[in-house]
Amino acid sequence: MTHFDAATAAVQAALDAGARYADARVMHRRHESMSARNGEVEQLGQSEDAGIGVRALVGSSWGFYAVPELSDAAARAAGVRAAEIAAASATVPGRDSGLIPVDGRSGSWASPCEIDPLTIALSDKGDLLVRATETMRANGADLAEADYQVWDTTKWFVSSEGHRVDQRVRECGGGIRATAIGADETQRRSYPSSSGHYGTQGWELIGALDFDAHAARIAQEARELLTAPQCPAGETTLILGGEQMALQIHESVGHAIELDRILGWEAAFAGTSWLDLGQLGSLRYGSELMNVTIDPTIPGALGSFGFDDEGTPATRRDAVREGRWVGVLAGRDSAAAAGLDYAGSVRADGWSRLPMVRMTNVGLEPGPHTLEEMIAATDDGVLMDVNRSWSIDDQRLNFQFGCEIGWEIKNGRRGRMLRNPTYTGIGPLFWRSMDMLSSETFAWGTPDCGKGQPGQVGHTGHPAAPARFTGVRIGVRG
Amino acid sequence: MSADFSGRAELDLAARTVELVRRAAGPTAQAEVFTDRVAQALTRFANSAIHQNVADTAVTVRLRLHLDGRTVTGSTTMVDEPGLRALVDRVIAAVRVCPPDPGWPGLTPPAPVVDPGRFDEATANASADDRAARVRAFVDAAAGLEAAGYCLTRNWSAAFVNSAGQAVTGRTVATAMAGVARGGGADGVARLASGRLADLDGAVLGARAAAKARAGADPVELSPDRYEVVLEPTAVADLLQSLALWGFNGKVVGERRSFAEPGKPQFDPAITLRDDAPNGLGLPFDYEGTPRAPLTLVDAGRTTAVTHDRRTAAAAGTASTGHAPPTDNPWGPAAGNLGLVPASGGPAPTEVAGPAVDSDSADLVSGVERGLLITDFWYTRVLDPRSLVMTGLTRNGVWLIEDGVVTRPVRNLRFTQSYPQALAPGAVLALGRRATLLPDEWHPSTWSAPAMRLASWNFTGGASG
Repeated sequence: MTHFDAATAAVQAALDAGARYADARVMHRRHESMSARNGEVEQLGQSEDAGIGVRALVGSSWGFYAVPELSDAAARAAGVRAAEIAAASATVPGRDSGLIPVDGRSGSWASPCEIDPLTIALSDKGDLLVRATETMRANGADLAEADYQVWDTTKWFVSSEGHRVDQRVRECGGGIRATAIGADETQRRSYPSSSGHYGTQGWELIGALDFDAHAARIAQEARELLTAPQCPAGETTLILGGEQMALQIHESVGHAIELDRILGWEAAFAGTSWLDLGQLGSLRYGSELMNVTIDPTIPGALGSFGFDDEGTPATRRDAVREGRWVGVLAGRDSAAAAGLDYAGSVRADGWSRLPMVRMTNVGLEPGPHTLEEMIAATDDGVLMDVNRSWSIDDQRLNFQFGCEIGWEIKNGRRGRMLRNPTYTGIGPLFWRSMDMLSSETFAWGTPDCGKGQPGQVGHTGHPAAPARFTGVRIGVRG
Repeated sequence: MSADFSGRAELDLAARTVELVRRAAGPTAQAEVFTDRVAQALTRFANSAIHQNVADTAVTVRLRLHLDGRTVTGSTTMVDEPGLRALVDRVIAAVRVCPPDPGWPGLTPPAPVVDPGRFDEATANASADDRAARVRAFVDAAAGLEAAGYCLTRNWSAAFVNSAGQAVTGRTVATAMAGVARGGGADGVARLASGRLADLDGAVLGARAAAKARAGADPVELSPDRYEVVLEPTAVADLLQSLALWGFNGKVVGERRSFAEPGKPQFDPAITLRDDAPNGLGLPFDYEGTPRAPLTLVDAGRTTAVTHDRRTAAAAGTASTGHAPPTDNPWGPAAGNLGLVPASGGPAPTEVAGPAVDSDSADLVSGVERGLLITDFWYTRVLDPRSLVMTGLTRNGVWLIEDGVVTRPVRNLRFTQSYPQALAPGAVLALGRRATLLPDEWHPSTWSAPAMRLASWNFTGGASG
């Protein structure tokens, strides 16, 4: 019995139990992680899981059931159970919007992978991490950490509308962090990103990061930050580096354009969105430099796939064009409820979780400037980079973000290092103040986006480049 | 949910896995196996309808092996004989080539479970219809306001076996309901966790959320400043979670990134914090097989302990407190069932018409000359772990208090505040007399919190920036 057979049996069982639509995903996932701290390997873990998740639509109501067994009997029982749960949902029914129509698809896809990460010797991986932490310790870090993670996921998807799709996604990434501890506070520097950088790539991604080349620098910077002047408080011109721009896009654009949030489906937990569907196509989100795309087709980016978890083929789409809001992240049910005709952004964190609207690669198209041009064009301002803290309200409007490091900018030159840089604002007002945007883009990968109940962790990509904003409040402190 | 949740099957799986390791790696191998079976069902509603209704069952075997000075962990959900053999083979192969682990703390010695906790069979057998009925009641009690939230039941049985002779089983069942009622630009919230589904009354929770939402309509914007505050239990839970993770966590303390210093009077004398897994719906032992018992972290304002697993305890020269997290959890041994001990005495709290959650919170409000009543915090993040300066926002209801009376709803505010400083000696003006058990919104943890009146809270931003 193949995994397609199990998925087909589950779908048929759900239909036989009264579902008008059903789909099933068999998933097999291997995960490996290693972390080192202060010159020693702290943790090495390898996990493997497999199971089937079945989704059933009865009337206007959904049910989902998942089990870690892949026999014909277990798959059929899961299909029946999903339909029974859907029937229970029907006691508190909603509007019957159904699903937007699609053609049943057959297909197969695999992410690019030059060097299979699971074939690299553990001793070599350990040496890499240990060496980086030793270098950081030797250069002033009180706490030196390094880690990597690898996921190797294969999925088989079948729907009652004729989908039959399999895909294999290999993801890999990591990072290093140096913390200096002072009398009253700590300072941290990370490379390349606060939670590491990840992509749908093989071990070649880790090789390209070159931890050895950056370990000493970030440790020295962390130590230096302990005695650097505080970031001043006030309103000024702000330049954000590319890593922080990825976070800014993720929190204040990516989540805001999730259609389930806009429809109120996340109202009690993740929150809603300040965006009103009645303004789709007309609302000014940001300045004319702001062009945001939803693009799961970017080779090697963390939010890339061949098909989403409803079987919709990966397609590039505009979210913001010349500052105007024009698109959303949608699934087949949310699109139908909103009267839209496209989906393609639904994913699940494993076989035991319900597919839901998630970011794919949501990124900013490059602009006409460079970081150095932005600095040269700024008489008085602050440059901040690499996220340290992030907080945003439940409508994705009011944010306060902190960065690991800042620099004073005076008369077109980068000046003193600043510690504890923070900035705050209201999403659309902030984006409308963007007056310069760099061409130096990079597709950052974030492996830890939380959403949903039960909680799911999503992997998202964010092409981003440095940008300049005017009239920003900085230096908020407790 | 008719599967066996006695823990016997998990004990068998764990023992078989330890035996497979012994046969394959020899008698010097130090193996520990944590096996659990989780059946979780969550009925979620939004726009006053059930829109996501999910259930899943998972059995996981987690193996940690220490051999020849090296340590590797592995896990699998494929628990038939070939699956277990594959796990053991994979972990043994990895441990032979991975780097040394000089900090290995050794295996947990044999020790019995101290308190098995409670297990309500009726809740363990709850159906999707049982959960839907509570959602129906919540929606009806919201009486025309939009309702959104969830009702959860979770059966969890586990066993731990190691090659040093420790073998324990445990089980727990947890349930929770949380929801908002929405109208007039305001949200009101109600949340409750329990070991018994019968304790969750959707009608009471829905009416409470609706009363708050109605009292929050048409809020005014207030200038950010320092205000005296009454934090309701839902907001206090955020402080407990942050203190557990960033303050009393033995790993963070060992790294000198925490403010916590055992022996020092770091909090107001009104503050006593106690972690209690068995009564907080947790398992009676941790992921290293150490039995869990109630642990006082702060006693009348004095920090008395921090939470440890075997590794952080060994580094600190002390014993594990039974807080080992899953082996792939990088955060360290944090309390997962922390409670703030409420004030004693006084009458039992009663429901009130809102906006205060109950008469307990209303009593604290009556003592405030000018301040804010805060229902909930949202998206709180650490700016600096050592001082535990946090930023976040209010959510689900803020009201201005003048001369002991709630006078008007206020739009959400952003704060930037050191949590230990907010609870410092002299800063806690009063505590409520009833602790409410609240579900963690992300982990299978619970927080036990009364309402709390604090002298000052630093709001740094208004709704419009």
